[in-house]
Amino acid sequence: MHPVLPFTIAALLFGIGVYGVIVRRNAVLLLMAVELLLNAVNLVLVTADATIRSVVPHSGQSFALFIIVLAAAEIGVGLALILQLYRMRHSVDVEELPLTEATPVVVPVEADQEVAR
Amino acid sequence: MTAADVLLASLGAVAVGAGLLVVTTRHVVRAGLWLVVTLGAIAGLYLVLSAELLAWVQVLLYVGAVVVLLLFAVMLTRAPIGASDDLDRVRWPGALVGAGAGAGLVALFADAFHWSRVGLPAPGTAEAIGGAVFRTWVLPFELVSVLLLAALVGAIVVSRPDVSAGSRPDSRGR
Repeated sequence: MHPVLPFTIAALLFGIGVYGVIVRRNAVLLLMAVELLLNAVNLVLVTADATIRSVVPHSGQSFALFIIVLAAAEIGVGLALILQLYRMRHSVDVEELPLTEATPVVVPVEADQEVAR
Repeated sequence: MTAADVLLASLGAVAVGAGLLVVTTRHVVRAGLWLVVTLGAIAGLYLVLSAELLAWVQVLLYVGAVVVLLLFAVMLTRAPIGASDDLDRVRWPGALVGAGAGAGLVALFADAFHWSRVGLPAPGTAEAIGGAVFRTWVLPFELVSVLLLAALVGAIVVSRPDVSAGSRPDSRGR
């Protein structure tokens, strides 16, 4: 097996993921591009595990397993945030996200708390 | 070129092609379905790289759970069914950065490994991975379980309007 093949595939997938994260405006599509990034990193870890004989066997695959669990947690919280965003603003377009102002019209209690903090 | 190389190259071509379609398609639902193809091909790559358990976890968790969650989100946010033109920003900065990152990493890996050959390692069966996780990586494993619990609670708090909208501000500990 030539290890440069899976490493190249992982690098290309990472580039594709970076393109998707930068270009996409829909928040759900943004999360899909993030999944591509995570999978590219996982592929690098598994290939390194197969290529480099470490003192501790299978550590790369263990870490890939942990990253899969992290991705599951990330997708759960991320989708909850996206659904809440859609509920408040009726759009999941990240271009229209207000990053500084509070949203007093939709949820006034939350806005008051934001000010009070 | 051995059989493993041919399998790696063909599965990698499927993964990269489907990945390109994920970030370029104009249908939101089709992006999720192409993501299934990409993740499946990556599971195949794991199998060729002798990571058995990881391949099945990938199919179970990614193809089974993550993609289904993403498709649920697509439906719940009432994404347009047909093709839509407003999914992308201006493309050239993203293409520039993405191609730069990809090409840079490819150059780095090619420089590091050239056309060297390695034998395939011992298969990462459930027994082997279980031994590695529970003998060596117990602390990260426990931390990941705590993080999963935190993510679960966080997702519930964020998505329940009666909790997150502050109907009971006294009980939130602020």
